[in-house]
Amino acid sequence: MEARFFLRFLLLLSLLSLSFSIYEDQVGLADWHKRYIGKVKHAVFHAQKTGRRRVVVSTEENAIASLDLRTGDLFWRHVLGKNDVVDQLSLSLGKYVLTLSSRGSVLRAWNLPDGQMVWETILQVSNPTDLLLHVLGNVKSGRDSLILACNGGFIGAVSSIDGVIVWKKELSVDGLKLKHVFQPPESDTIYAIGFIDTSQIALYHLNAKTGELLKHATQSSPVDLSSEISVISIDSLVVLDSTRSSLLLIKFTDGTITHHHKPLSGIAKDFSDTAELIPTKLNDIFVVKTPSSVSFVKVKGDNELELIEKSDQTGIVSDSLTLSEEEQAFAVVHHSSNAINFQVQINGREVLTEAIQIEEHRGRVKSVFLNNYLKTDKSHGFRALIVMEDESLLLVQQGAVVWSREDGLASISNAVPAELPVEKEGVSVVEVEHTLLEWLKGHMLKLKGTLMLATPDDMGAIQAMHLKSSGRNKMTRDHNGFRKLIIVLTQSGKVYALHTGDGRIVWSYLLTPLLQSQRCPSPSVLTLRNWRVPHHNALQENPSVLLVGRCGPSLESQGFLSIVDSYSGKELETLILDHSIAEVVPLPLADSSEQKLHLIIDNDLNAHLYPRSSDSLKVFIGDMANMYYYKVENAKGVVKGYAFKEGHGTGSSDEYCFSTRELWSLVFPSDSERIVATARRKMTEVVHTQAKIMTHQDVMYKYISKNMLFVATVSPKATGGIGSAGPDEASLVAYLIDTVTGRILHRVTHQGAQGPVHAVVSENWVVYHYFNLRAHRYEMTVIEIYDHSRADNKDLMKLVLGKHNLTAPITSYSRPEVTTKSQSYFFTHSVKTIAVTTTARGITSKQILIGTIGDQVLALDKRFLDPRRTANPSQEEKEEGIIPLTDSLPIIPQSYVTHTLQVGDLRGIVSFPATLESTTHVFSYGIDLFYTRIAPSRTYDSLTDEFSYVLLLITVVVLVVAILVMWAMSKKQDLQEKWR
Amino acid sequence: MARRWNVDFPDSSSSSHPTVADPPGFARSTPDLDESSGSRQRNDTEAAWKSQKAWEVAQAPFKNLLMMGFMMWMAGNTVHLFSMGITFSALWQPISALRSVGKVFEPFKDPRVDLNLPRLLFIALNLGGMALGMWKLNTLGLLPTHASDWVFSLAPAKEVEFAGGGASF
Repeated sequence: MEARFFLRFLLLLSLLSLSFSIYEDQVGLADWHKRYIGKVKHAVFHAQKTGRRRVVVSTEENAIASLDLRTGDLFWRHVLGKNDVVDQLSLSLGKYVLTLSSRGSVLRAWNLPDGQMVWETILQVSNPTDLLLHVLGNVKSGRDSLILACNGGFIGAVSSIDGVIVWKKELSVDGLKLKHVFQPPESDTIYAIGFIDTSQIALYHLNAKTGELLKHATQSSPVDLSSEISVISIDSLVVLDSTRSSLLLIKFTDGTITHHHKPLSGIAKDFSDTAELIPTKLNDIFVVKTPSSVSFVKVKGDNELELIEKSDQTGIVSDSLTLSEEEQAFAVVHHSSNAINFQVQINGREVLTEAIQIEEHRGRVKSVFLNNYLKTDKSHGFRALIVMEDESLLLVQQGAVVWSREDGLASISNAVPAELPVEKEGVSVVEVEHTLLEWLKGHMLKLKGTLMLATPDDMGAIQAMHLKSSGRNKMTRDHNGFRKLIIVLTQSGKVYALHTGDGRIVWSYLLTPLLQSQRCPSPSVLTLRNWRVPHHNALQENPSVLLVGRCGPSLESQGFLSIVDSYSGKELETLILDHSIAEVVPLPLADSSEQKLHLIIDNDLNAHLYPRSSDSLKVFIGDMANMYYYKVENAKGVVKGYAFKEGHGTGSSDEYCFSTRELWSLVFPSDSERIVATARRKMTEVVHTQAKIMTHQDVMYKYISKNMLFVATVSPKATGGIGSAGPDEASLVAYLIDTVTGRILHRVTHQGAQGPVHAVVSENWVVYHYFNLRAHRYEMTVIEIYDHSRADNKDLMKLVLGKHNLTAPITSYSRPEVTTKSQSYFFTHSVKTIAVTTTARGITSKQILIGTIGDQVLALDKRFLDPRRTANPSQEEKEEGIIPLTDSLPIIPQSYVTHTLQVGDLRGIVSFPATLESTTHVFSYGIDLFYTRIAPSRTYDSLTDEFSYVLLLITVVVLVVAILVMWAMSKKQDLQEKWR
Repeated sequence: MARRWNVDFPDSSSSSHPTVADPPGFARSTPDLDESSGSRQRNDTEAAWKSQKAWEVAQAPFKNLLMMGFMMWMAGNTVHLFSMGITFSALWQPISALRSVGKVFEPFKDPRVDLNLPRLLFIALNLGGMALGMWKLNTLGLLPTHASDWVFSLAPAKEVEFAGGGASF
């Protein structure tokens, strides 16, 4: 009875905390937010004379940002999203940043100082191919200048002041691809050069003011042309032929095309058929790259080629930088043993060579952007932005790294939590307040704050004290489990460990250099898993994580495993496997040293057991009969289940290799259903109880299974975007499938609904989000599934005496009868990702974490998604916390866990439990990172930070004193009474 | 340490060696000398009075019961501080009364008075009060009389099988 009372009490509390929210002064106490931009692909430097030292960059993550060249800080940033890829970046008039995005169809101008968009122009582009953005400097109509955007055979001229399309010209020639546009100085004619298919060279003369086609000429080429070109002067370019063995020098003079065919072997002997032309813009020089060397070739006169330099290391070459009319500089970066050599050449003459130390974990240089500045003696100094293999961005100047940005963190693909080391005996890491006076002072301040007597200065001091005394940045485990490491894997294959206290990088590790030195030429990391999570058996062992990847781009290429220590980031073991990797299955088993058993399934459906030790083999074989594997083939619309059996399919004697046997398969009819989403419960989720108490003390038993898979299919017509299918053609089918037996536990069809579907499974329920075409709104549906076969366990005496089989192990083959309850609600937002909070013991009520289209994280109480909500709940139901039915889910502004911040391009939300039952960690990632701790039912198991211990102490002291005084007084009175 | 000084007061209360004469009209042995018919009559009235008092005491919980019932009706059927307090006091009062049932009837102890019946009534009324308290506890839903009270924190059953997998990389 006490327990029920307790539960009701909890419920009462949670009713009070209907919306999770924090006060303004609590922002930043438990949460942190980091902004990144991603891997830089274009960079333009602000002109020298404007005085501001800025660089504008666009990135692979489709962000445009302006960075401070002195510190690397962001001035402004815009994230365009993955449907709006930035193709070209340029500056215009010294005050606008121009971007050409969405495959050449959107041209935008941004104000350089503050990043506000000035104008946007949509260019109608039929078939986007090669994109060019060209700012014409000398067509002056007033102060205006024209911007030319080219795309296949289309040229559009746009005014740089207001974005109005001045003229556009569609050169309607099949297969035409414009490659270069130029305008000779002091001329009103624009020349556009393109290739028609791969055999003809075309030259067009256009009027710069009207776009009128003045003249055009075509000439067939003696060789098949590739798309690799290098512009060597304003009116000539070099193109590689499609066999990559010869070059064609093309020159356009006075409207005529002249070309010279030069075999590459004429320049140097070893130019094989793997030569690449690096698209640089250097005066009369082009760069040819082969796998082993980089060569600079100068064009002399009309058709003379001369090799001016050839370096055997592969280097990275920057674009050219115009210093003056005659002088052009470019930078080359080579790797030497432990540093990089930064070399600047002006007109092919070396002017600067610096060796710069760069941390090993950044890998190799990927690209270089050169910039110059005027030294006090009027000579040129050079600095460069360098993008490294781990996608970090460095500014180098005068032989040193001035600043670096860890922009690899903008592309996190996977995140797992890890524990910090336990506090060592004898080494006191916890800093207790130094003196009693300080302690008292601190608490007096807090008291003042509570009683609202504090001045703004005091409030500042309280804030600072909060931050300092919370000890949230220590490198040891704490009692509440608030301090942890978040280990993340990025697209570049680098692993970072972030501290939950402030988001700093504790360690980082780039695997690829090590693998490349072995027999793994182009490694790519696929996933990150917890490998060892020590609990009780192996507490002295460090926890570690497992990295799984492939050595090549193809699905068949061999895989590798690497185990990394979670405390230090040191690589413990790296294995290059003999087999391919199709899937990694972490098993719920661990060997004696707490290493988790993993099965790696290869493309031939053989299962390989790791770690490879006799101990783990014993553990696995003992449980093999109960282990199954299922595979979802989205393309074929099939889900298949397999069992394992000993012995390799090909007859090899590897005892760690098991073959599989198909048990069942579910084939969705391809003409009416396509798999769009699957979801299953987190393996680490803990469920507190199997019983669900309904009104009138009714019991229902939850169907709790880790093997339940949610699959959503939509009709093929509705797989496109919203609007691609009418309500009558679209339908969405949701399945709950038992992955051991292949049994369909539940199936429901939503007519007139379509994807995208986002789903989350937890305990015995699934919540999914989709679009309802009939209502023109997004909808969220909840399905709760209950075990009907246990529903008869209601005999009180049997339960009191423990004579029931509710805790006996259950098997899927007993085919328990299930019942479901479900309900649908409208939801205002479209959703990017969806997750659920997890706590240490699963007692705390759940919140659904929704990544909204506005890049925020919304915490929605599961009670809003209760299938038992009715329009008029009875008194008992109200007492139970059932909210009256509404047709749509409320969005309470205070329940945004990201409060006012945005997580740019939000991709994932991870929730993992703290040791304190009420609290859970929430980490969301996109281009930005955001971390916070939330308590879905409030912190019912601990006192909050605001709790005033001094007030409590004072109260106790006052009470004790009062008791003593009263006691003395009553004694005295007693005595007097007796004397009377 | 030896005593420095000592004063001996003669024990004046003891009547064995009276040093001071009793005041006039004071008879030391008056009650002891009481006897025969007058005293028997007085004993009878005392016994009657005792029995009457014992019955009164035995019936006292009834009034209590009525008041309790009224209070419970006032408190309503939801769990909050007031109803909880009422219920627990309704439970506690009979228990404490039953524990002290001997002491309650102590003053009326007399060989000529039959205290068994009042005692039984007292116990029965208190038990009735306790039953009322229990009934209230039940209506508040605080008694584990439902299956749900015994399974609310039953851990989920272990699963025999495990299936892992998903879509390939």
